[in-house]
Amino acid sequence: MENVTVLRAPSLTTVQDLGRADQRRQGVSVGGALDLFAARVANLLVGNAEEAALLEITFGGLRLRFNDSRSVAWCGGTFQARIAEAKFPAGCRGIVRRGEELEFDPVEAGGRAWIAIAGGIDVPSVLGSRSTDLRSGFGGFEGRALRDGDVIPLGKTAQADADMRLANWSAPVEWAQSGLRSAVLRIVEGSEWDEFVPEAQTAFLKEPFTVTAKADRMGARLEGAQLRRTNQWELASEAVAPGAVQVAHDGQPIVLLGDCQTIGGYPKIAHVISVDLPRAAQLRPNDTVRFQKLTFAEAGTLFAERERDLQRFRVGLSLRPG
Amino acid sequence: MSFFLTPLGDSALILRVGDSLGEVLAVVHKLEAARIPGVLEIAPAFASVAIFLKSPEHLADCEAAISTALGKGRRAAAKSHVARVHEIPVCYDPAFALDLEEVAKHCGLSPNEVITRHAAGHYHVRCIGFTPGFPYLSGLPEVLTTARRASPRTAVPAGSVAIAGRQAGIYPLQSPGGWNIIGRTPLRFFDVTRKPAALCAPGDRLRFVPITRQEFEAWKT
Repeated sequence: MENVTVLRAPSLTTVQDLGRADQRRQGVSVGGALDLFAARVANLLVGNAEEAALLEITFGGLRLRFNDSRSVAWCGGTFQARIAEAKFPAGCRGIVRRGEELEFDPVEAGGRAWIAIAGGIDVPSVLGSRSTDLRSGFGGFEGRALRDGDVIPLGKTAQADADMRLANWSAPVEWAQSGLRSAVLRIVEGSEWDEFVPEAQTAFLKEPFTVTAKADRMGARLEGAQLRRTNQWELASEAVAPGAVQVAHDGQPIVLLGDCQTIGGYPKIAHVISVDLPRAAQLRPNDTVRFQKLTFAEAGTLFAERERDLQRFRVGLSLRPG
Repeated sequence: MSFFLTPLGDSALILRVGDSLGEVLAVVHKLEAARIPGVLEIAPAFASVAIFLKSPEHLADCEAAISTALGKGRRAAAKSHVARVHEIPVCYDPAFALDLEEVAKHCGLSPNEVITRHAAGHYHVRCIGFTPGFPYLSGLPEVLTTARRASPRTAVPAGSVAIAGRQAGIYPLQSPGGWNIIGRTPLRFFDVTRKPAALCAPGDRLRFVPITRQEFEAWKT
């Protein structure tokens, strides 16, 4: 049976992949795994294509029963996971035999994790992606979050093949465990950075901000210093993107995440750099965030370095015998 | 052409141009014609065009290439946008027109006059956003200018035809929303089984054609 049964999904669990990055013209959110890097690494660990669909869990508590044998791997926040009662750490490959369970305890730090299963989650591709668009109700598993009792179809996998050829390599700890209680998010200047008063710019980079209860896949509202602008011009709505830090009328910042709308009218003080979106994806209420400003060139270099490291990891995985 | 190019994070750029639809579309055509390497998608908004890149590694090169592309290539810009015209059937039945009375009162018109004025407008799609396929329309007759509702609805039905400020729009999917609802269309403005999924695109022209409740129900089946 090429599927897996959801025994318990007490908090938001969705099917995601790398998202719909080229449908913004039609007003479609990018979506996808909020930590694309974790999703790619987890998929590589089980021998999947990086863009294979996997599960994104929030806060833990998930229990899955496997109906055939599969390699699995997960990356994300600090969770205790077990396969058939045996400890199953982040960033390495485990094997769940037919009839066994994979379970996640409530999260200790961070908020989300990505679970790759060999063969991938086999749901139809909608607008070029298998990601669940929760707001619009399409993609993923029936366009919705998973519920207790759902039976999720899996893609075919040559299990013996996967077992033999993949190295028993684990991913570097900083890739596998991105959840932190106190995060530093590195940013570049937003398009309205210069419109904020100097005190607001200083406070934004010096003071801590607290994540409020208004945090979901669309974004996380923060609370902290008042960020005032030099003017109160209304902006014509223009494109926004995951990572944008908008400042609402109350002077408080919002960090946008993968399910954010495609356009918005709030001024953007900053933008989280691509390589730090994984940290932003782990923010949960009451966490503390600080911002550190980089140049665009530095952000580009960090991205290039990380891709180079991932390429080495990819090559290493495919070369080592198991 | 005067423009202002600014990064949107490390892997996208926003090009601010004048707020005329023609200018925005001309820029889109120019950028598309330039086929700049590393560009993933070009998406127009009201007075700007966003250029999304494949990765942060393309940012500097694309910034330069965009400036170059806009500096020349007048011929590409001369290719005018082929505007499609959509006739949108709208049922203004009180069961659908949740805010028609309010709008009429606010504008000092009768509900029927609101309908006549709304259906007489010549609309242009300025931008698609808010939800998948939601068209922001310019061209609402000035007399119908009405502020958003004081408190947004948590669930506006799919197909709702709405106005807010000087803008008009259609809710393609059920979603929260604060615009004034004055009718409903049986057309699906967003359908993932269709290609493209969104019924209209920036630059398209729209006309609203009043239909009866019976025609609405017949359309649905």
